[in-house]
Amino acid sequence: MTERMTGAQALVRALEHVGVDTVFGIPGGAILPAYDPLYDSTKVRHVLVRHEQGAGHAAEGYAQATGKVGVCMATSGPGATNLVTPIADAYMDSVPIVAITGQVASKAIGTDAFQEADISGITMPITKHNFLITDPADIPRTIMEAFHIASTGRPGPVLVDISKDALQSDTTFVWPPTMQLPGYRPVTRPHSKQIREAAKLIAEARRPVLYVGGGVHKAGASAELLRLAELTHIPVITTLMARGTFPDSHPQHMGMPGMHGSVSAVGALQQSDLIIGLGVRFDDRVTGDLSSFAPYAKIVHADIDPAEISKNRHADVPIVGDCKEVITDLVAAIQASGQQGDYADWWTVLNGYKQTYPLGYETFEDGSLAPQYVMERLSAIAGPDTYYVAGVGQHQMWAAQFIGYQNPGTFINSGGLGTMGFAVPAAMGAKMGRPDSVVWAIDGDGCFQMTNQELATCALEGVPVKVAVINNGNLGMVRQWQTLFYDERYSNTNLQTARRIPDFVKLADAYGCVGLRCERAEDVDAVIKKAMEINDVPVVVDFVVHQDAMVWPMVAAGTSNDDIKIARDMAPKWENEDE
Amino acid sequence: MSRHTLSVLVENRPGVLARVSALFSRRGFNIDSLAVGPTEHDDISRMTIVVSVEELPLEQVTKQLNKLVNVLKIVELDPSQAVQRELMLIKVKADAESRSHVLELVSLFRARCVDVASDAVTIEVTGTPDKLEAFVKVLEPFGIKELVQSGMVAIGRGARSITDRSLRALDRTA
Repeated sequence: MTERMTGAQALVRALEHVGVDTVFGIPGGAILPAYDPLYDSTKVRHVLVRHEQGAGHAAEGYAQATGKVGVCMATSGPGATNLVTPIADAYMDSVPIVAITGQVASKAIGTDAFQEADISGITMPITKHNFLITDPADIPRTIMEAFHIASTGRPGPVLVDISKDALQSDTTFVWPPTMQLPGYRPVTRPHSKQIREAAKLIAEARRPVLYVGGGVHKAGASAELLRLAELTHIPVITTLMARGTFPDSHPQHMGMPGMHGSVSAVGALQQSDLIIGLGVRFDDRVTGDLSSFAPYAKIVHADIDPAEISKNRHADVPIVGDCKEVITDLVAAIQASGQQGDYADWWTVLNGYKQTYPLGYETFEDGSLAPQYVMERLSAIAGPDTYYVAGVGQHQMWAAQFIGYQNPGTFINSGGLGTMGFAVPAAMGAKMGRPDSVVWAIDGDGCFQMTNQELATCALEGVPVKVAVINNGNLGMVRQWQTLFYDERYSNTNLQTARRIPDFVKLADAYGCVGLRCERAEDVDAVIKKAMEINDVPVVVDFVVHQDAMVWPMVAAGTSNDDIKIARDMAPKWENEDE
Repeated sequence: MSRHTLSVLVENRPGVLARVSALFSRRGFNIDSLAVGPTEHDDISRMTIVVSVEELPLEQVTKQLNKLVNVLKIVELDPSQAVQRELMLIKVKADAESRSHVLELVSLFRARCVDVASDAVTIEVTGTPDKLEAFVKVLEPFGIKELVQSGMVAIGRGARSITDRSLRALDRTA
């Protein structure tokens, strides 16, 4: 297919050809030529957001809810730099997005022209790859390459910066273009020898654990994981990025590991003799102090990114490959060997932890609301088919702990970068990707004030997300650290939203949303049900909760997982402590 | 810490040097020396990077380098199986009295005198880092006015070429 058109038309045509149906963005000088043909596109819907950061997180939410590549667009300079945070977020959490930015005309590049920023230079360390296009003939091929790189191998963000003159000048549009990526060859097929080696270790182990991360869901391998778990009867822990990849209700599920993980999950790691890490990166929030992490364990580590393997913890059996293929091959190898490990004693220990140290929380005598209770009720009423999209902080951890996830990908949050303000725009993107599903954003009052401007977008574009603001009037997680580690000196963490500045109900109203408030436990069900019944406009529920609610358990930063506390100064008793 | 010499084949495109050097600094590695130039293939440039790191961090930085889309191939060159060279230009004080001494050293080190002035000579010398270091040492008593040195370039001994397979990969996409 060959046709004469402008670079801008070629861009829109290329986006249509790679299957883009939604673009989140804001126009401006340098990207303006692209917005003209975009106006005519019947295949690509452009969603005009209120801040470019919202466009980026919306693209992430869309990508995580659908598995497709999310797309955001911005102009040069400040438009592009406002995308930096979501791009960094997508890089840390391996979210496939393509960011398209306008750049000043090629002749002006390097002259400090109006709204010029070297966005490809700025995003070099936070993108999987990026491109600067100054020749319109390169546009179709580059778009195809960008989508290919973003969505294959370990997914990630790709930025395409296009100079204004490249958008304006004429070119010959050719489709499909030939990709030129000789240096890009992700390995997806695992090595059979490594698979056999892993199967052997699994049969020999007495205390194995499946440590499951975001890579398993990204590979679409939750069914395979269930098969592997039930075949071997090995306990499963799901990281923050993998909540829902294995059903919470499954008896083999031990919970979430990490700084705010369950005792059973953290204990399973610490006392295991074999960790089978699948699509994980042994992040510091999971391992705690590395030198005392899982001291008795051999490590099988499977990941599609070779650089993750042995990066933090040495892998005895490294497996490079796509988790779906890895797990499928592992199941086959274990079945072929006919060996079954004996984990009976291990299960006695772990079930003991699970029963003795279930997740719990404090209730308050003054009748004020416990945020964890809100999560429990939300989980019960909205159910496991809902997409829950959290911001960052205490509410995020409670959402990870107290909502029962049964389906892969139903918990979307900012894990690696920890980006406050993620929830509202990401929920918008998720809802646009999954219009038939219920999408609840779970946000804190701090996070919510960073990006709630996208409620205007939701209201006007007909995106009826629901937002639960867990309003404790403070930057809660920071306050928790001040309580524990800074002598209760609450420096600059009180947001004073208890004074109703802002009043989130009025704010919701001002944005064309329905605003509800809930302050007492007995009202929680009714308010959630009311919110569930409103499906034509976005709903914001201001859950006013007690400011002293804490996230437990906790492994203090830099300490050993063995020193996990289930409440202040309260440590679990480990099974092998007397040995 | 031990010194390692990496030969990195990259696509000859704008910005690739920045990507490679930025990756080293972001991951906390100091580059001892870096030399980049064209190869026998127009589309491929070759970097020779010398880093002082332990074995494990080296493996990590190599893996991270491999993830750069414009990087085609990375080979660590074993010093005993490779020819390694640096180029140095040195301006040394040399008047009528000392010039013959300097020139004697130049010939001893198989260096070349490339410019002569009334009170200085400029010398070109190539060799291993050890040789250049020794040469600078013997010239120091005369007074070194200025010195400039290239990064190391290195190539494996024997008939095998590290570019062959990468070229085939390039041809496939062309």
